[in-house]
Amino acid sequence: MFEANALAVIFVALMGLSILLYAILDGFDLGVGILLPLSQKDDSDTMIASIGPFWDANETWLVLAIGLLLIAFPAAHSHIFKELYLPTAVLLISLVLRGVAFDFRAKAAFSHKPTWNKVFKGGSLLAAMSQGYMLGMYVMGFENTLAAYAFSLLSAFGVAAAYAYIGACWLIMKTEGQLQIQAVSWAKKTGIICFAGVVAVSAVNPLINPEVLTKWFTWPTTLYILPLPIMCFALFVHSQLKLKILPAVNDKGCWQPFVGAVIIFTLCFFGLAFSFFPYIVPGKLTIWQAASAPESLSFLLWGVIVVVPVIFSYTFFSYRVFWGKVRELRYH
Amino acid sequence: MFETLMLSRMQFAANISFHILFPTITIALSWFLFYFKLRFVQTGEPVWMRAYRFWVKIFAITFAIGVVTGITMSFQFGTNWPKFMETVGNIAGPLLGYEVLTAFFLEAGFLGIMLFGMNRVSARVHTLATLIVAIGTTLSAFWILALNSWMQTPQGHEMRDGVAFPVDWLAIIFNPSFPYRLSHMVIASGLTAAFLIAGISAYRLLKGDDKQAPKLTLKIALTVAMVLAPLQIFIGDMHGLNTLEHQPQKIAAMEGIWHTEKGVPLLLFAIPDEKQKTNHFELAVPKMASFILTHDIDGEIKGLNEFEGNHPPVAPVFYAFRIMVGMGMLMLLISWMSRIQLLRNKPLPPWLLKALVAMSFSGWLATLAGWYVTEIGRQPWLVTGILTVKDAATNIAPGNVALSLSLYLILYVVIMAAYLHTIFTMANRAVEIEEITDEERVKPVVSTPVILKENNHV
Repeated sequence: MFEANALAVIFVALMGLSILLYAILDGFDLGVGILLPLSQKDDSDTMIASIGPFWDANETWLVLAIGLLLIAFPAAHSHIFKELYLPTAVLLISLVLRGVAFDFRAKAAFSHKPTWNKVFKGGSLLAAMSQGYMLGMYVMGFENTLAAYAFSLLSAFGVAAAYAYIGACWLIMKTEGQLQIQAVSWAKKTGIICFAGVVAVSAVNPLINPEVLTKWFTWPTTLYILPLPIMCFALFVHSQLKLKILPAVNDKGCWQPFVGAVIIFTLCFFGLAFSFFPYIVPGKLTIWQAASAPESLSFLLWGVIVVVPVIFSYTFFSYRVFWGKVRELRYH
Repeated sequence: MFETLMLSRMQFAANISFHILFPTITIALSWFLFYFKLRFVQTGEPVWMRAYRFWVKIFAITFAIGVVTGITMSFQFGTNWPKFMETVGNIAGPLLGYEVLTAFFLEAGFLGIMLFGMNRVSARVHTLATLIVAIGTTLSAFWILALNSWMQTPQGHEMRDGVAFPVDWLAIIFNPSFPYRLSHMVIASGLTAAFLIAGISAYRLLKGDDKQAPKLTLKIALTVAMVLAPLQIFIGDMHGLNTLEHQPQKIAAMEGIWHTEKGVPLLLFAIPDEKQKTNHFELAVPKMASFILTHDIDGEIKGLNEFEGNHPPVAPVFYAFRIMVGMGMLMLLISWMSRIQLLRNKPLPPWLLKALVAMSFSGWLATLAGWYVTEIGRQPWLVTGILTVKDAATNIAPGNVALSLSLYLILYVVIMAAYLHTIFTMANRAVEIEEITDEERVKPVVSTPVILKENNHV
């Protein structure tokens, strides 16, 4: 049996890891959906082929993240999602639409394919935006003010841009030829919007949450935490410069923007996590107040210790099987 | 017009009813696919690969709908039923957690390789991936039915200040109704997949498809249905006896027994009247219910009068039970008639093929009806003896729930129409493709690009 306070920290870390992995993994496949062109049929097939083997598993990280919130911090789960009831419904419906569109576009009658492409694109965009909106409301402490709604709307666009950015970087890595050149241009544009979004959230967060302000700007914590925004900024600049020379001869460095985006996502995530810890509902509930019974969390933790490494190894295996440039995707 | 409680109920019922349709197919369909793949590996006969290729696409689409419609559930527990997790979250949480960790990741992780990886991994690894997906789908049934059964027949916990705490996890998982409910559901899935395969294969034959593959899949599906249909009736009977022991009020509602009596007749049909506490237009077999439930024609069965204010609404449980049993009997009849015909080496007559097409989704009807019996039959409890549905409900504005519910319903109608349309489109397309060539037969293990171009559009 594990100690109650430690369990709360372990489970919030696990949940954080799931959210981060979800944002990166489903981020790139939602991003590819957002970028899906509606006119060029051939490119859309290749783009979808690049995410085909992964999207199911990617979405499972969301189920785990929400599941861990529900299991380990049920009071927080119900508080957060009651506040976000309608955006959650929009998110779920978009995810359903986009998931079914992925399969229907390939298998329904040909005449319906353009329609399902639109549904796939629209669903991906709406899913990303509702997640961004929910993030915005969370940062704003679920306030019912005009400012909160405006900020959340901004955040909705920011997250959609961030997903489109990592999606474009994924395509640079996984495709070649005309589509790759197109992906580079997408990455340049969405990268700038994404950067603006990160700056906006970083500025607003400490301004409206005094506790966050003190946390970031207390000596010497500031010194320790300072590398985080600096690295983030440097990575954005580096990626933009790199994008200017891509695609390079022999496709050298085609993976760099994607890895850069993954690190940017990770840094932003840590920035947010640092801002709010140990609160799980900003300003209202700490992880220790919201945690479930230690006997339950202990029982689950044994499973986590055994199973999570296995999940990582076969997830890695799956990505290795489909390593390299995407080929035409078909059911055998 | 409606309160939040009623709307939340309707929404959860809509979400879970729609969702369960798809896993009900995929749990067993994954094992059919594993069997097709295994036979292909063993015999090298291309017809097995044909069968695999056709059904793996239907599996993919069904699985995808199952995954995405299932995500809604993990949000609803908190939004619409907050007291559920607050009261029994210590039990429900880890069971759900184990489902995600051991089942969802397993199936989703290997699905990519199963669907798209055949030319990228060895034949052995691909077959293994197919097996792992099948194990994953079945494990998910294991965990979710453990939780559902615990809600029906809770044990292995203790209550402290109105909150359930786990004491014995083995007792919680293997609670009294679990083995019966799990077997009943897994076999239901087997029957659902078998009738789907039989129905779509029959559809192809009716459309003039003279290839080997649909004939082979029809035969296999009917064989499975012929075995599972009587087995399901037997397991269902045992499940009923278990319910009589642990939830007698559910049995009383299923059988329409208003007052405790001996030598209870089996009602084939009736119209239960909740107000007057009686049935109208009864069509009954004397003493039969007592015989089935107590194995004694004069056995006593407790009536609803013993559970005043603590029993489910009678009519929906009563009717749903009859729909389930009726479908089961029809499945038994049709599968035996068809399979015996095939046994005599005769092709199925068109009317029988049409009957099979009509029954393509009969498993859905029976499964849903069965779930309504057991879930409505649990009312007014959400967790028997611990928490009522009413007490678990949320306090969010009814307008919000009404809006989300309407959106879900529209979504479900669209998806269902597209799903059915797509399956039959795929069947029609399969009718068009060529029969296996001799060249293919000679080199069976090598992938077969000629056919691929015609029938695989991704």
